[in-house]
Amino acid sequence: MDFELTDDQVALQDGVRTLCEGRFPYDVVRAGEDSGGPIDRGRWKELAELGVFSLRSDGFGVADAVLAFEELGTALVAGPLVETHLAATHLPAIAGASDGTAIVGITWPSDLIVAVEHPDDLDVLLVVDADGIRRIEVADLQLQAAERPLDPLVPVSYTRSALPAGELIAGPEVAARWQLEGAVLTAAQQLGLALGATTLAVAYAKQREQFGKVIGTFQAIKHMAADMLTKAEVARAAVYAAACALDERSDSDPVIAASVAKLVAGDAAAFAAKTGIQIHGGMGFTWEVNAQAYWKRACVLDTRYGNSDHHAELVAQASGR
Amino acid sequence: MDLRFTEAEEAFRAELRAWLAEVLPTVPPEPDRYDLVARRAWDTDWQRRLFDAGYAGINWPAAYGGRGATPAEHLIFLEETEKARAPYVGHNFVGLLHAGPTLIAEATDEQKAFHLPGILTGDHVWCQGFSEPNAGSDLASLRTKAVRDGDEYVITGQKIWTSYGNTADYCELLVRTDPDVPKHKGISWLICPMDLPGIDIRPLRTMEGSTEFCEVFFDEVRVPVKNRVGAENDGWRVTMVTLSFERGTAFVSELLGAIELTSDLIELSKHITSKGVTKWEDAGLRRDLGKIAAEFDALWSLTKRNISQAQRTGMPGVGGNVFKVAYTETLQRQGEIAMKLLDRAALSIEDIGDLPNGRQVWGRIHGLSMSIAAGTSQVQRNIVAERVLGFPKDR
Repeated sequence: MDFELTDDQVALQDGVRTLCEGRFPYDVVRAGEDSGGPIDRGRWKELAELGVFSLRSDGFGVADAVLAFEELGTALVAGPLVETHLAATHLPAIAGASDGTAIVGITWPSDLIVAVEHPDDLDVLLVVDADGIRRIEVADLQLQAAERPLDPLVPVSYTRSALPAGELIAGPEVAARWQLEGAVLTAAQQLGLALGATTLAVAYAKQREQFGKVIGTFQAIKHMAADMLTKAEVARAAVYAAACALDERSDSDPVIAASVAKLVAGDAAAFAAKTGIQIHGGMGFTWEVNAQAYWKRACVLDTRYGNSDHHAELVAQASGR
Repeated sequence: MDLRFTEAEEAFRAELRAWLAEVLPTVPPEPDRYDLVARRAWDTDWQRRLFDAGYAGINWPAAYGGRGATPAEHLIFLEETEKARAPYVGHNFVGLLHAGPTLIAEATDEQKAFHLPGILTGDHVWCQGFSEPNAGSDLASLRTKAVRDGDEYVITGQKIWTSYGNTADYCELLVRTDPDVPKHKGISWLICPMDLPGIDIRPLRTMEGSTEFCEVFFDEVRVPVKNRVGAENDGWRVTMVTLSFERGTAFVSELLGAIELTSDLIELSKHITSKGVTKWEDAGLRRDLGKIAAEFDALWSLTKRNISQAQRTGMPGVGGNVFKVAYTETLQRQGEIAMKLLDRAALSIEDIGDLPNGRQVWGRIHGLSMSIAAGTSQVQRNIVAERVLGFPKDR
């Protein structure tokens, strides 16, 4: 039993982190806010060249992929990263996902509203449900753009009409696997986001002075930050454990493990994001400071692959059997 | 990352399971929770059985009579004994988890040769004399003084929260040997027999109603200098060795017990009806239970991660502090759900009307101690903030 990263895994994680820090610093990425948050195809290609999308088809496991997605989460890299990665892994018929020439998005059927993220950037749009994976055309949806998306780097369009049938391109087994891996990779992003929000808030609390001391001297602040890290570290264990379960490198049930990861990492992300704003005080409520960006993205990620309530229900049902 | 156990580890598990299946039916029934004398006999009887079968001091080095198991095997041992509902470590806790490992790390050969076998066989029960009425979270401010008189220390002062003080044979005792230096630098760690003249033990009744928790008064108690472990005034460092062990694997059995209690609660909710509908059909309650189950599952993964780290580095990392903060919060939320579910049946600490109050209501009460004992959650958060996140100390 070994939970520690191998040297190769450390190198992979460092590689993604270096790319994110060099090419996706948030202050630079934010320049896209005014133009509606388009995906920069050049940078997308760089992610592909590093192997973010092709990792699994190159023989790496989910336990390797979560390390990459954790870094993407910390850097708040936007776009359908999980779906493009999963298409490259499970849908060889979709050309160009691996090398970054095709951006593959997803949406979910809903009685309330069908929302599509990054509609103008998608080359392929998928719908995944229990029956399988269907490909639908963005143009067939008659989408209306939300003028002010919650997260300015996640443009959203919507329709209240039912989804078109589209073309069935994979069966229920692939769809079920997609759902599990999507939940775990999203959980990895949530873990990274929690850690990123914590790092930002801790740095601020170490330099912001009030009452003649840095505010990080006060236990009220220390304990909030300790709770942020605590929840993130519990989430890290859950996310890595779920990845191992999906790789069949553990005795745990992958279905339960995936739900546990999404639930616990989602809570860690939401908690770190909101607490990070609180630690920043008034500055945390401004558009200028990035603390708010973690919170907005945490909200986006919670809606993907089932929110916390959904997974709490799944875990309860599984535990009650 | 590979969470599967090796073949050797699985063989260890199979052998242990077979032994447990054989021995557990011969263990006498668990005595009443409040009968301390009977508890000591029962706990140490189990320890003797472990010793005879070669499982005593599972993680202690073989050179000191232990099994020399790896951290992963230690985890398997704790998992299998808990799942088989074997007796809990109980009276042997301080000896096996604090005093023994400290002696192994710091004691003289003579001290080790006398004390370690007694702990392993269950013949010697140890207690902890650390906290004082005015030295709780600020342990280093302790004032129980030891004045050197020839080859003896003369000890005067008071200790508190000494579990099994009234049934133990030896105490790991922290005393102030130099009052004129900064507080961390004037403490010594002593082995104190509990039957010495001048020791007065007064049980404190806990909110559970149990009486293993004691105040211990020392009135000019004479302890030989050769009972000191480590150098004079170096006791704080010696203590830190002990505490880091406490925060490693000490809560594995507790966590597995809590996971089982959660499954029991789910079962229970399917059998309690209100206006013809089972509690399980209440989506809010189901989600609350699902969230608790998920958090415990994540904490089980965190335990494995901590143990993995210990296996690589030889010492449990800060993951132990993180674990304790998170675990005790989830445990207390679980207890709250149990109380709500049992409703007015929760008015009894013992089972009534075929309901599992004994475990659930008692668990709720016991849970309140968990965020206080072995370093309050607030102290744990300070440690995480200062040692991991690098915040300045304000004390």
